[in-house]
Amino acid sequence: MVLKIRNVTKTYPGQTLETAVLRGVSLDLPAGSSLALTGDSGSGKSTLLHLAGALDRFDSGEIEIAGTPLSNLRDRQRAALRRKDVSLVFQQFNLIPSLSIWQNISLHARLGNRWDADWGQALADRLGLTGLLDRYPEQLSGGQQQRVAIGRALALRPKLLLADEPTGNLDETASAAVMDLMLELVRESGAALFLVTHSDAIARMLDQRLHLQLGQTA
Amino acid sequence: MIRTALSAILSHWRRHPLQLVTLMAGLALATGLWSAVQAINGEARASYARAAEQLGTTVADRLAPEDGSIPLRQYASLRRSGWQLTPVLEGTVRFKRQSFDIMGIDLLSHPLVPALAEAAEQDSAPALDALLPPGRFFAHPETAQMLSAAQSEHPVTQTDRLPRGVLIADISLASRLLRQPDSLSYLIILPDQIPGLTPLEQLAPGLTRIPARNAAADTARLTDSFHLNLTAFGLLSFAVGLFIVQGTIGLSLEQRRSMIRTLRGLGVPMRALVALFAAELAVVALISGIAGLAGGYLVAAALLPDVQATLSGLYGASVDGALSLRLEWVLSGLAMACGGTFLAGAQALYALWRMPLLAAPATQARGQQASNSHLAAAIAGVVCLLAGLTVILIFQGLIAGFVFLSGLMLGAALMLPLLISTGLRIGARLCTRPFAEWLWADTRAQLPGMSLALMALLLALATNIGVGTMVSSFRLTFTGWLDQRLPAEVYVTTTSDEQGERLTQWLEDRGITVLPIRHSDIRYKGAPLRIYGVADDETYRQNWPLLEALPNVWDRVAAGEALLVNEQFARRHDLKPGRTLALAPDWELTIAGIYSDYGNPNGQVITSLAALLARAPDIPNRQFGLRLPAEDVPELATYIREAFEIPRENIVDQVGIKARSLGVFERTFTITSALNLLTLGVAGFAMLTSLLTLWSQRLPQLAPVWAMGLSRRQLAGAEILRSLLLAAITAVLALPLGLVLAWALLAVINVEAFGWKLPMHLFPEDWLRLILLALLAAVVAAALPARRLSRLDPAELLKVFANER
Repeated sequence: MVLKIRNVTKTYPGQTLETAVLRGVSLDLPAGSSLALTGDSGSGKSTLLHLAGALDRFDSGEIEIAGTPLSNLRDRQRAALRRKDVSLVFQQFNLIPSLSIWQNISLHARLGNRWDADWGQALADRLGLTGLLDRYPEQLSGGQQQRVAIGRALALRPKLLLADEPTGNLDETASAAVMDLMLELVRESGAALFLVTHSDAIARMLDQRLHLQLGQTA
Repeated sequence: MIRTALSAILSHWRRHPLQLVTLMAGLALATGLWSAVQAINGEARASYARAAEQLGTTVADRLAPEDGSIPLRQYASLRRSGWQLTPVLEGTVRFKRQSFDIMGIDLLSHPLVPALAEAAEQDSAPALDALLPPGRFFAHPETAQMLSAAQSEHPVTQTDRLPRGVLIADISLASRLLRQPDSLSYLIILPDQIPGLTPLEQLAPGLTRIPARNAAADTARLTDSFHLNLTAFGLLSFAVGLFIVQGTIGLSLEQRRSMIRTLRGLGVPMRALVALFAAELAVVALISGIAGLAGGYLVAAALLPDVQATLSGLYGASVDGALSLRLEWVLSGLAMACGGTFLAGAQALYALWRMPLLAAPATQARGQQASNSHLAAAIAGVVCLLAGLTVILIFQGLIAGFVFLSGLMLGAALMLPLLISTGLRIGARLCTRPFAEWLWADTRAQLPGMSLALMALLLALATNIGVGTMVSSFRLTFTGWLDQRLPAEVYVTTTSDEQGERLTQWLEDRGITVLPIRHSDIRYKGAPLRIYGVADDETYRQNWPLLEALPNVWDRVAAGEALLVNEQFARRHDLKPGRTLALAPDWELTIAGIYSDYGNPNGQVITSLAALLARAPDIPNRQFGLRLPAEDVPELATYIREAFEIPRENIVDQVGIKARSLGVFERTFTITSALNLLTLGVAGFAMLTSLLTLWSQRLPQLAPVWAMGLSRRQLAGAEILRSLLLAAITAVLALPLGLVLAWALLAVINVEAFGWKLPMHLFPEDWLRLILLALLAAVVAAALPARRLSRLDPAELLKVFANER
């Protein structure tokens, strides 16, 4: 199991009262599979994704990534896990503006000592970025930037790929094309995909679907 | 509407109090250092004017000789022709070991007489007492106290209407003490003259008429270079402070872009918004300006004693009195604060004026835009450099020197972002590790936000290197020069000429070489000139610090046919070896050489003792240099102190006199060191404020790499590394700039300001220390943002991905 979540709770402290965002969520995600997490705004989707990516700490329960429980990991160990096994694709792309497209694609894989230039080049070709590799993010359109973000995530050959509304900034046609390509590449890489989306159409493209409501699976 | 909009605009500061503190502190610092310098300059200039007025030199024109002095018979002849003139004889007298400037005047006709008579009356001094032997002095109470301790022969009348350090006496007493019975320094032309007199130009063609207003400005003109130096330092500190202000204003407007867009969308006109921002700046400028003035006053009060020492040491100019609060100083300080704020905020306000209604908040790095602005700044920098070079090549003088320095410094500062960006680009290409690659590229992306602080650091470092090299070169030269100028093992001052003769005889009987130090003071082209007469001795031939000389220089001097001139006198009057110099109408000698004479504001010449005594037989013979084995010095000093009853303080060994001279030297440059340190401090503060204000804006750049597996601690370390990297590149670039500055100070500014040119020495250890200090400042400046980053709640970083910022 690449991702195992058991009874995870998360509460955000407020000025007067605490807000329980997740109330005992559990799920399993085997290698090579994909899961769409849907739900209304404020249902805790992004929070669960962040916890699954070892980006934030949960209050109780347990999360395991590739067999490694997160609850007792120190900051440095969480960072190492993200460097080696977890990739993220965000709605805002979050590319590094000071690095070229090629450097952006290779950055995560090189940080994790997993860089394979042939695989990187193959990804760039498949993502239609071949002629753009020397450019900088600000010189690319939104769709192109999202493809770079996907390329960066997959260049690591991660065990777990997390995506938060990856096509939220794209129109319907571009969105479908990017999703098709991403799913195809995820299958080829053998990664497990955990994707947060509002879109029913996108959710239907994935193997499993989980709906979150008021911090609980419905 | 206005009140609501203003409340929205000001709410920014509630969320960014540190930014407000930074803005106000930067402005207060800028105003403070500038105002401190202006307070010092204002006090000194007021003191010069007060002294000139108190000495009566501002009320009437003067008639001064081109060279030498005015013979008494010429004065008598002019009086006989009907001109109402009053004579003045100036010089220096010594009582015990204390020197006093003395001004001998005619106590019946000089414009000062009413003030002196009033003082004498209050002192209950008998009438005519000042005119009769032994003669009376008039002096400022402080000077009178010193004088009374030094001598008791002549009574002293105290009056605070005279400047410190000057004695006024009847001309008969002055000429007796100065041993110049037949000569006068200058004549004052009294206001009421009989019409129809033969013009003075015809009666006395060798004398120059100096208007009263020029006489008052003499000291001010002499010290102009020093005050210009201080002003330049003040301006530099002001500019460095404004860099902080500009950066903070720009950032505060950048962060309020979305608010501005919303307010405009809600119907607030852009004109009203710009006016509100301008009003906000004006209030900030006024409050900070007042704080800066208070700080500047304290700094000026702390530095004034050292400035007084410097002016006295370098120019012989006396600045007395404590710092006073002047209205024009307060107003000009506030005007500088307001003007500086609007200058620093002009670009941001203009950008706001031109901002389209739908402009988006700028959170992304603007690579191409930054590159273009770096290039434009660098081109402007090259233009500044070329302009400075052109001015120094075409024009001469102190102002041209400062224009060159301004062009150099401003040009280099403007070129800095492009140079650093290029360096970072090269660095990024050379590295292979992904973390390093990201760090170099990210540092380059951060450059636009840091460039003003780095410019400030560059200017401060270069100034420190330049001024430090100048002072250290000066110190090294001065120390070597002292060895040459003070070769005698012991210096003795006797209490009378007779005692001097007895001591000389006694010493010569014991085979000890005695070098008499005798001099006569005259005026050359209106300025004081001291003529030393020296005995022909190997000591001078082997040690004297000659810069240029004719062959057989000492033989010519010994023969009484030539003289040596000090460097500043030679430069002032464009004198060269081989030319002649007329010390008096009938005494013209060939210039055989030029010698260095650091620290002396006045002209000085050396000729043979015999030639001097032939012209001035009555000059005192009380100072001597003695040559003897160093180990015999303590025994000899003890013996002559006891046998001749010479006070202990009148016998000074070489080590003591050198230590005293070096002490004066160090004090002279205390003000420079203090301003150097303050400027560096301001630059360090600029770095700290830039990093503090930038760090929260950088989260969108840091969050993705954190998500990719760099821990917050690693990112914090990267912040410190980045700060170190930028400071190191800036320091490396500051080194050549500082050396060019040092060269300009030594070869151009010093020559114009003081009249001497110094060799440039290099002090790599000092540079290394300074660079390490800059790196330490960079670490300290980055420490706080780095600490914040290392403890940052991950939720703050996650907001970047959730687009909640």
